[in-house]
Formats: sequence, structure tokens, C-alpha cells
Amino acid sequence: MSAIQSTAERPVFGSITLKAVMALTGIVLYGFVFVHMVGNIQLYQGPEKINGYAAFLKSVPPLLWGTRITLLAAVLLHALAAFTLWRRNLAARPVGYAHQSFQAAGITSRTMYWTGPVIALFVIYHLLHFTLGSAHSQFSHTDVYTNVVVGFSNVWVSGFYVLAMLALGFHLFHGGFSLFQTLGLRTPKYEKPIKLVLAVLCTVIVVVNVSFPIAVLAGLVK
Amino acid sequence: MSGSKDINIKLRIWRQKGPGTKGGLVSYDVPGVSTDSSFLEMLDLVNERLMEKGDEPIAIDHDCREGICGACSLVINGVPHGPRAATTTCQLHMRSFHEGQTITVEPWMAKAFPVIKDLIVDRSAYDRIIAAGGFVSVNTGVGVDANAIPVPKENAELAMDAAACIGCGACAAACPNASAMLFVGAKVSHLGLLPQGQPERQERVLKMVEQMDAEGFGGCTNMGECEAACPKEIKLEVIARMNRDYIGAKVTKRPKGADKGGGA
Amino acid sequence: MELDGKCPTGPMESRWTRHKASIKLINPANKRKYSLIMVGSGLAGASGAASLAELGYNVSCFCYQDSPRRAHSIAAQGGINAAKNYQNDGDSVYRLFYDTVKGGDFRARESNVYRLAEVSNDIIDQCVAQGVPFGREYGGTLGNRSFGGAQVSRTFYARGQTGQQLLIGAYQALERQIGLGKVKMYPRTEMLDLIVVDGVARGIVVRDMVTGKVSSHLADAVMLATGGYGNGYFLSTNAKGCNGTAIWRAHRRGAFFANPCYTQIHPTCIPVHGENQSKLTLMSESLRNDGRIWVPLKKGDTRKPGDIPEAERDYYLERKYPSYGNLAPRDISSRAAKQVCDEGRGVGPGGQGVYLDFAESIGRLGESVIRERYGNLFEMYERITDENPYEVPMRIYPAVHYTMGGLWVDYNLMSNLPGLFVLGEANFSDHGANRLGASALMQGLADGYFVIPYTIGNYLAQGKPAKIDASHPDVKAAEADVNDRVKKLLSIKGKRTVDSIHKQLGLLMWEKCGMGRNEAGLKEAIARIPEIREEFWKNVFVPGSGDDLNVSLEKAGRLADFLELDELICRDALAREESCGGHFREEYQTPDGEALRNDEKFAHVAAWEWKGEGSTPERHTEQLQFESVHLATRSYK
Repeated sequence: MSAIQSTAERPVFGSITLKAVMALTGIVLYGFVFVHMVGNIQLYQGPEKINGYAAFLKSVPPLLWGTRITLLAAVLLHALAAFTLWRRNLAARPVGYAHQSFQAAGITSRTMYWTGPVIALFVIYHLLHFTLGSAHSQFSHTDVYTNVVVGFSNVWVSGFYVLAMLALGFHLFHGGFSLFQTLGLRTPKYEKPIKLVLAVLCTVIVVVNVSFPIAVLAGLVK
Repeated sequence: MSGSKDINIKLRIWRQKGPGTKGGLVSYDVPGVSTDSSFLEMLDLVNERLMEKGDEPIAIDHDCREGICGACSLVINGVPHGPRAATTTCQLHMRSFHEGQTITVEPWMAKAFPVIKDLIVDRSAYDRIIAAGGFVSVNTGVGVDANAIPVPKENAELAMDAAACIGCGACAAACPNASAMLFVGAKVSHLGLLPQGQPERQERVLKMVEQMDAEGFGGCTNMGECEAACPKEIKLEVIARMNRDYIGAKVTKRPKGADKGGGA
Repeated sequence: MELDGKCPTGPMESRWTRHKASIKLINPANKRKYSLIMVGSGLAGASGAASLAELGYNVSCFCYQDSPRRAHSIAAQGGINAAKNYQNDGDSVYRLFYDTVKGGDFRARESNVYRLAEVSNDIIDQCVAQGVPFGREYGGTLGNRSFGGAQVSRTFYARGQTGQQLLIGAYQALERQIGLGKVKMYPRTEMLDLIVVDGVARGIVVRDMVTGKVSSHLADAVMLATGGYGNGYFLSTNAKGCNGTAIWRAHRRGAFFANPCYTQIHPTCIPVHGENQSKLTLMSESLRNDGRIWVPLKKGDTRKPGDIPEAERDYYLERKYPSYGNLAPRDISSRAAKQVCDEGRGVGPGGQGVYLDFAESIGRLGESVIRERYGNLFEMYERITDENPYEVPMRIYPAVHYTMGGLWVDYNLMSNLPGLFVLGEANFSDHGANRLGASALMQGLADGYFVIPYTIGNYLAQGKPAKIDASHPDVKAAEADVNDRVKKLLSIKGKRTVDSIHKQLGLLMWEKCGMGRNEAGLKEAIARIPEIREEFWKNVFVPGSGDDLNVSLEKAGRLADFLELDELICRDALAREESCGGHFREEYQTPDGEALRNDEKFAHVAAWEWKGEGSTPERHTEQLQFESVHLATRSYK
């Protein structure tokens, strides 16, 4: 083939740059998910505790809005980078295989493009549900505890939450591991410990978060 | 050789007349294949039989048949280079298959590897990535004694692990995103691990990755399919090293023109 | 005609230095006004093209593979020799030179070999600077191993993939020049003719293997680095695509073909498994450092190797050559294997094999040491044969591997056609009648990195011939010849496939002109090859068209040339009435079966001139002078 020269343009943001964006924003979102989960455990300590925690968060507007803006930016950048990479990855294989067998890719890595949008949908619903309050009629801006109990009394809503949390667990496990790879922090020496820590962390996040709707449905929190 | 026998198999093979034309799978019954023959010898047999009937043979890339030139490039039953780990297509033997099995054979599928004919694809994108920076810029006749720069044995071994890449393209073929990062990472690691590769380390990774993106390869989503398909067992670790070098270079390397030009 | 190798005279040690100092140079600013053609991108081609481009020449490089990185140099496993004496074991340039002349059975040019030994050290320096990951010691210095036919450790290696690593180094240098625009690369492009105008090589005719387009390329000099012609035997350790077309086409245009009968049969290959076998796989000679070669003492002993007691085994190399033992040179080891198999003591299917046994060294060093040294080779063996060499001995058998013969070149690597240079395995110059292990990589890189960059300047500086363009009648004629041939091959539409005829030719060559040759057999082959050739041109079937990628057409063109080249191999073998190196004439042997040279009559290079189709080629000679090494009978006992 007499020297086919590639005519393709060089993209402005290289693939590794975009992945680094995803990794860095991923760290921010990881942190948020963890703190959010820890804060929510106060649900089990009764209405005063969790409502007081909510009131405290709202009492420091710079903290609240600073966090909200950072998170929004992180989510948007994370999603935008993912979308761009997804489009490129699709274009990179215009004709697929009639038969493709996976040898190494596990369920968490192969479902990233699904778990991501599921989490996005969940987040939107979650904000409508518990932040803006437009998802149900008995919403109160001060009584978080009641909002949770009322919200999760609906089996369908709780079911969706459980599903979304499983998606989140998958996403965090592969995303967490990829983060080390993307930032070049993965080494064979620490590969197993990292995977172990991530597996424990993701399990804790899923179990704790899923426990809230289950506890409500089971009548443990009312 | 102990268990040599003849088996009958069925092939579904990708046939495509030329670049840009539509291809598809065509079925062939192949009786009487010795389990001692290699996969390519089995295809030789199919081709001989096709030609005896006056048909055109199936076009395949292959050359050394020793697993080192990197020419052979078949996706066999959905896996580049077939079911046996750490084995190129040419070193795969028919004893890996059983009587009556249907075997699907497809070319590397990637935008950056356009099909030329049947199972032959154009992999010149890999050459252009090397031309962009996958080298040490030394002219012939440097004259520094080879033992003047000691290289720790461990680094030499790791560099050799990465340098074992045969440029076959199985990594990009296996990757669900058709990403070439294992290939690029291998070269970045090979040269980046040696003292000879240090002066151009940043420049190299930036240019190679830029070329990789421009060729239309996808990005890495860390699925590990490339590592599993690699006939030379190159590890995902090389991608981490490339990412580390790339991000480091992006952050610390001064833009072109920022350094004062010399000039006598 | 007596040919002149144009070797410098005077003390051997300073010939190359003085030659370099006396040859003409081209001003750096003028180099970019010259265009050069390199055919082939293996060690010699890639290193030569890159080095010349670095100097400033405009180079066009052609290869039939899809990438220059796939040239068959990549398959060399064992290593590359250099006289560094890093091991302090008494090595020197002289010793490497001496070993190579002796190993070549005194049929190589002393001046060339001395230069080869001299630049061997520069090659290692160059490769290390490029980032070739040679094996190293714990202190960080380079490691060495000993290799067949040498009593010092002078072989540098990169695991069992030395050829690959050296080629990747040269390939990267080449790609760098491609990126800089100094080399224009033409992959998947095959040279099908040489353009000679007024006796001077001026260009080549090529076929784009993807589009089928035939075109001509003109330049100030043409270099061929297209490798050897071992595939003339069909089964060989060469890559399937390796072919003799480029050198054969040049030969038909007037370049002399030297010593075609010097073919190297490598002793350690995996035996043939059946008639569908497409190629033979080499197992690195380095295995002989720790493996012991044996066959049963008794004929037709069908017991499993493990059941044969020590006393009933014949470690024939150790018995016959006690000082070199299993490390005896390739030609000797191969012939010894053939002998024991001819005696009916061969092992495995068809009795065409001998054992290479690691049991003793595994016992002595432990399995882990053996695994570290040869793990990848053992795996390769197991993949191919389904037998585990840690438990049962390997079976090996000789196979055609390397061709010492090639186009005749002078000391400057220029053929008798001015403007045509030949590098690497494609030329005949440095290995004599037998090549020592780890010397092919050395020669390819020596020619490309350190010889051609000097000598081509000397030729170019002697003045440019008249300018020509693509419309010149000789260019048109060469293009027309190529087109006609393609059309002819496609129009035969016979019944035989290319491979079936190639196998028939290969088998005849292996039987009549293989490890042992005799007058009657060679005469028979010379009579039968034209018949096969006729069958080919009447009855071959080449499907498809000439306008796209057509593998059968490529193979047919190559076979057509082998059908002529193989006849020349046999003619040369018949004319050389002596045994030397890879050429063993059964009539000429000592009472104990060793090769018997005839220095009086044959201490010369035979260079054949093409006299046209249907005419007998003419044999010219170049007398070899031995000034530093005295002619002696090789003894490895």
C-alpha cells in the first residue's frame, strides 16, 4: 500500500487528556459519594440528628454553594469527557465483529457506558426527590427524615434506588481502578491491594445506601 | 505429535473484494484437517482446494510463521489470534479445535485498520505512530562504547518485555474501543525505561499519542482485552506508564518556541 | 573472466581504515541532490536506508511486507557476534576474523571478513545507543553467550529474539527518517525488474501489490538488500514471502551470481510433520549449549527415549568431535544428523529426526535455570509439537536456513553492474561456504550501517551518468517486460496450483542438492528442473486479476524465478568438484566422512553470468588470496 497518509485531524483534546479529566473529576465525585453516605447514616440516629445535619449544611451558604458548584462542574466535565470518548470509541470500530468473545473484560468494565447514564438519571431524580422536592407532594425543606420515609415507602421508588446503587457500585469499582490506571498510578505491586480496597469500599457504599430504602420498607425507619 | 488425527471442521470466513466494498461471512466445509497442522496450514489447504475448483483463494497476511514477524492477523471465534493464550495465529495448531467445530474467522476490525482484501488489513497506522516519535534520535556512528552506560538488569528486562511487541495489531483488534494504547504504551515503555530513551521521553510520548488519536483509534476503558489478546503478553502496566509520562509531559513540558533558539 | 574484488592491499588490520581515507566523498550540501533506491527493509536494508538518509541522501525504500518491521531478519533468535572481549576471554578482532574465515571453510574474501570483524564492535555501540534491550548482567553491563563454532563468549543477545530487537532498532531509525521526509517508504511493493541503461543500474520496476500498478523508479544508485533464496527449496526456515526475485531479475540483467550452491542447512529445526507442512521452524542454536544430541545405537529402535539406557545411546557429535561436541559448526552438525538418519537410527515419524536432550543439564542446573535460558523456545516447541521438552527430549532435524551465495559484489559492495549495490544475505561476500552462528545479523548491519554509507559516496562522486526519465526506451522496455509477464502468468489458466509445483521443485532440490550432493543427482536435477519449469509455464493456475491484491500472482512470479535460480544452484554445485562448508559433494570426502576441499582448483569464488534463456550460463572466477589465515583443513575434533 503505497504510503496511505492519514488525513484525519488531530483532536484538540487527546484521549489521555480526556481520560485524565474523567479521573480527576471522578476523585471529586468519589469523595462526594462517600461523604454523602457517611452523612446519611445519621438517619438511623433519629429525625433530630439528620434534620440537624441538614440544617447545619444549609447554614453555611459558601460551603453549600461551593460544594454544589464544584459537584456540578465535576459532573458536567465527567459526562462531557465520557460522551466525547464514547463517540470516538464508537467511530473507531465502524464495522463490528460477527462474533466477539471477551477474555478479560468483566461485567463492571463492560457496563460502564450503561451504569454512567443510569447514575445520571438517578441523580436527576434524586435531586427532584430530595433537594427540589418536586417529585412528591409531601416534601418539606426542613424535615429530611420524613422526606426519606415518605419517599422510600413507595416500592417502585425504592426499587429504582436499589438498582441505581448497584449501578453506582459497579461504576465506582471499575472507575476507581481505571482512575489509578489513567493517572499512571497503577503498578503490578499494588494492583491486588488496590482492587481489594476498592471492592470493600464499593460494597460498603452500596450496602449502606441500599439499606436506607430497605429499612424504610421493612419498617425499621418510620 | 502423539495424538495426531484428522478432523472435519466448518469455517465461516470474512470475504471482501477490496477496500471500501462490503464484506461478509462465507461458509466452507473443510474435511480432513490434520490436528498437527497449524491454523495457517489448514487455510493453505482450503486455498489449494478452492484453486483446484478454479476459485480465488482467501487472502491472508502471514509471513514468518514463527510467531515473530507480526503479519498474521486473524480474529478466530471472536478472539484475535484465536483461543490459545500468548500464541500468534501462525503458531496456533488445529489440535486446539475439535471435530465438527464451526470456526469464525474475521479480519482485524478497526477504522484505523481498513480492510484491503478478505482478511488482510492495512496496519500502516502503527508505522506512522512509530515515525511520529517511537525512536531514539541517534545517527549511525555515535561511537559511545556500549558498556559506557550501565543499565540495571531489571530495567533492561522490563524494557525487553515491552520491546517484545510484534506490532501485529491484536491489541486494537481485541479492544472494544479499537484502542491502540497497548501498542503505543509498549514502545513508550521500552524506550522510557532505558537511559538512551530519556532525552526524548516527553517529546516521544506526546507525539506518539497525538498520532495515535489522529489515526482514529479509540480510547482505553481499561477492560484488559488487549492484554489478554497480546501474543507477546505485554502487560497493561505499559499503558499506565504511558499515561504517567503523557500527563507529566503535558503538565511540565514547555510549549514549542518557549525555549530560546540557539543558532550560530 | 577473472573478476577483481577491488580489495585494498597492505596490512590486513588497516585495509578498511586506509580505504575509507582514500575513497571519494560527497559534500554534505550535495548529498540531497542524489536519490537512492533500497530494496528490502531487513537489517541491511533498514539500517542502510536510515544511515544514508541521515547523511542527507534522498532514499526510496521498498518492501513486499505491509511494514518494514516484518522483514525476516526479525526471526533470528540467537544473537549477534562482536569482538568486544567484554568477557576477557581472549577475544579480538583478529580472532573473530580468523573464526569466520575458518568457519566459512576458506571460501570467503579475507579483506571483507576482516572489515566485518572490525566494525562488529561499532554495531553493538550503535544498537545500544538506539535502545536495543540486550541481555545484561546484574552490574548493568552487557551479557554474552557462546555460540556454535566459537570458543569464546562473543555473542550479544536479547533473549531469544535478538534479530527482532536489532531489526526494531533499525526500523525505528528508518521510521524516524520516514517521518523527517528523507526516506519515502513503499511497503507492499515488489521489485520485479532492474533497469539497466548503458550497462549502469539506474532504477527498478515495481508492482504495487495492493493496486497491481506497475511503475518504474529511477535513482542514482540501486541497492538490493532482499535476503536469501532458501525458499528455492520450498520448505525452509525462511518466511513464506522470502524470495529470490530481486536478485534473480538483477542477474538476468547482467549482475553475476556468486556461489549459489553454498546453502546452509541449519541443524536444529523442528522435523516435518506431514505433507501439508508449509515451513520449517528453527530452534535457536543456542539450545546446543545445554542440550545433548543423540540417537539410539541400534537401528530402528522404537523405544521411548526415556526407556533407552545411557549405554545404548550414541551422542554422536560428542563422540566424533570431542573438542567442540554439540557446538560443532552448522554444516558439520547437520551432515552428522543426516548420516545417522541415513543409517536408520533417526527418531520420530519417518525416522527423520535426532534427539536434543536437556535431561542432563536440567539435572545439573535445575529446571528453573533452563527455563530462564530457553523458556520461550521450549514453549514454542511445545506449541508446535504438543510435546513437553522438559520431560521428553526435543526432536530436531536439519532444514534449509541461509544462503551464503548471492550476487557477486566487490569490496565496495557493488556488483559488476555499476550502480547496483548488494547488501546482507543477498550478496555473497563474507561467509564463504558456511556461516557461523550469530554472524548473519552482524553482516547485515555491518553492510547497512558501516559499509554502504562510505562506499556508495565513492561511487556517486565519480560523476553522474546522463540524466534519464521514465520515457527512456530502456525504462519503457523493462516496464513492458514486467507487464507482459504478469499477463502471461494470468493467462495460462492451467490445472496446477503454484504451491504444488513449488513443492515438487523443493523436494527435488532437497533430495539432489541438499545436505549431500553427487554428480549423478545434480545432473538429474539439471535435467528435471527445466521440465518442471515447462510444466509451470504450461499448466500453472493463477486465479484472479492483475489489478488488485493477488497472492497467487505474487507467488507465481517468485516461483518462476526460483525455477531458474534452482537450476543455477545445481549447476554451481556440479561445477564445484570439492566439498566445502554447506556444499558437500559425496565424491569428495575423507575416509571418515569429512568434507574434502580442493584448494588447488577451487579456492575461488564462482560467479555466474546469465547468457539468456535456454543458454548455459558462464562461470567466471575470482581467485581468493589467503594472506593472514593459512589454508588448513577445518578440524573441530
